[in-house]
Amino acid sequence: MTMATELSKANATLKTEQWMRMYRRMVMIREFEEQVNELYTRALMPGLAHLYVGEEAVAVGICEALQPTDYITSTHRGHGHCVAKGASPDRMFAELLGKEAGYCRGKGGSMHIADPATGNLGANAIVGGSAGIATGAALSSKRLGTGRVAVCFFGEGALGQGVLYEVMNLAALWKLPVIYVCENNLYTEYTHYSETTAGDILARGTAFGVHAESVDGQDVRAVYAAAQRLVDLARKGEGPAFLVCATYRYSGHHVGDINREYYRSKQEEQEWKTKRDPIKNFTAWLIDQKLSDASTLGGMQSEVRAEMKAAVEFAIAAPYPTPEQAEEDVYA
Amino acid sequence: MPEVATRELTFAQAIREALAEEMRRDSRVCIFGEDVAEAGTPFKVLSGLVEEFGRERVMDTPISEAGFTGMGVGAAMTGLRPVVDIMFGDFLTLTMDQLVNQAAKVHYMSGGTWKVPMVLRTTLGATRRSAAQHSQSLHAWLSHVPGLKVVMPSTPYDAKGLLKTAIRDENPVVFFEDKMMYKQKGPVPEEEYTIPFGAADVKRKGEDITIVATSSMVQVALGAAELLEKIGVGAEVIDPRTTWPLDEKTLIESAKKTSRAIVVDEGYGRYGVTGEIASVIAEGAFYNLEAPVKRMGAMHVPIPFSPPLEDVTVPTEQTVFEAARTLCGKG
Ligand SMILES: Cc1ncc(C[n+]2csc(CCOP(=O)(O)OP(=O)(O)O)c2C)c(N)n1
Repeated sequence: MTMATELSKANATLKTEQWMRMYRRMVMIREFEEQVNELYTRALMPGLAHLYVGEEAVAVGICEALQPTDYITSTHRGHGHCVAKGASPDRMFAELLGKEAGYCRGKGGSMHIADPATGNLGANAIVGGSAGIATGAALSSKRLGTGRVAVCFFGEGALGQGVLYEVMNLAALWKLPVIYVCENNLYTEYTHYSETTAGDILARGTAFGVHAESVDGQDVRAVYAAAQRLVDLARKGEGPAFLVCATYRYSGHHVGDINREYYRSKQEEQEWKTKRDPIKNFTAWLIDQKLSDASTLGGMQSEVRAEMKAAVEFAIAAPYPTPEQAEEDVYA
Repeated sequence: MPEVATRELTFAQAIREALAEEMRRDSRVCIFGEDVAEAGTPFKVLSGLVEEFGRERVMDTPISEAGFTGMGVGAAMTGLRPVVDIMFGDFLTLTMDQLVNQAAKVHYMSGGTWKVPMVLRTTLGATRRSAAQHSQSLHAWLSHVPGLKVVMPSTPYDAKGLLKTAIRDENPVVFFEDKMMYKQKGPVPEEEYTIPFGAADVKRKGEDITIVATSSMVQVALGAAELLEKIGVGAEVIDPRTTWPLDEKTLIESAKKTSRAIVVDEGYGRYGVTGEIASVIAEGAFYNLEAPVKRMGAMHVPIPFSPPLEDVTVPTEQTVFEAARTLCGKG
């Protein structure tokens, strides 16, 4: 074998490993959310649960292009972002149940998981609330020369918030390494985005000179390719980008949002689930390319499911914080 | 009390009825906010209104609180009577400039020439396991600002009558609804009524101690009063109903009579509603008081998510009972 073929073979193996990692992460997110749904329906989870099911390719495709030290900010629908950035499910579940072992020691819950170890600056329950934080992280990266990139995840609902445009303008002026990732899942809570969003979404970025593009958010390879390119540019000092990912949330706005027909049809939901499922389509591609086979992928899925079940058990068994801890971490 | 025909309505139904009646009465009244139309808000408070009044008057907005609150101010100045819906009181932060620098100032700053007949409805209250950004009670901030009236109903009856008054007011009113109270039922008259601002309501008569309570804390105070009754302490529970204007007279008279007072409010105690009311009582009833006025509010922490943590951050029947017992020298 020549050196060149050896190298390309090695590259191919690496690539296959990467695809498998991405597959696994997507399955992790889906199985994680299945468990959340279960916990919520069994009344074991306090508060609300906003599931990421259907949107897995976005978080995974983006985070695959990031380094562990890169930053993300997340949203109320944030479990997928956490998992994709490398958080461990047992501590996530513990947080969702308000347990001491959780990422925020029970203080944050589902909508506020934060984890410095994986560069997760925190999930935000204020729509658009993290736009400033992500852009600020990009500012410190630039000033401190750390080479880190910040990704700001938000739903298309956040396009309504003025702060987003204030920071996009700043990010463009100061050439900050931040990627604004808009997960357009078509609906805010119970309203189609077309009823609340005028004009061209991408133009909202280009108006500030922010590089803007859109991508099929159900295609993890496409998301990854776009992310890799944009992250690269940002890291090189070429400035911010705005990536709009077309996606869909399979469940209600939150688990309790069951009767949805007044705002979207069952048929529409069915179509996304059958034709545009990110995991199904990626599975088919992996098999078609002979990068894997059904039994390997199925095996991985069962493995992940067992892992999630164990994580849930860990969280259920974990103790609550003691009431005195309510006053811990208060500095003012 | 004169005989009036009443029926049981939930707090949410009472609000909806007030809005519907005012919208029928005055075609200038309109509603805007997020998911207010077909969805009728996440709490379903506005269900049915878009069906009756149409999308011209019940308008879904983008998630743009600053923008549409500002539009509420402008629309109110120029002929509409908007009822702006801010889903969670926590999102008031996003509307602050529009409320504080615009709505509150227009009338005075224009030498009384412009008016802003706008109502902003929003929520308060914890214990819904909604964590730090969906659980705050921020009414003290707005009560601090000249130019805003602040309403905090504690029963379906009060909610309906006060909301009608708010809609008819010529200047901005901020209306706080306890989200945990929406399903609570109470009697509401069939016939039309309004409740004036600045008129406290004595929710329970008593001779030994005054408990002033607002919104979500009124039921807590009434529960505590039951417990106090069992140990021979008669508690008078007073609900100011509006933190501004504030019915100082009723509060002071009650404290003069009982000689002891506790103020309970779900906002933070520091620089808060409890501090203001306690000082009103201390100033007005000083020579009749047997003990310092006690303040009880939310613990000084961002509201934690975990149930055992969240539960200790708000006053409860038991903690109010104990404070009252101590104040009366019985514990
Ligand atoms: C500033 C603010 N306004 C309103 C809300 C209530 N709210 C929570 S999620 C949501 C819809 C968000 O839609 P989108 O940003 O598209 O995200 P998705 O839920 O679709 O992922 C709204 C209105 C909020 N959390 N913050």
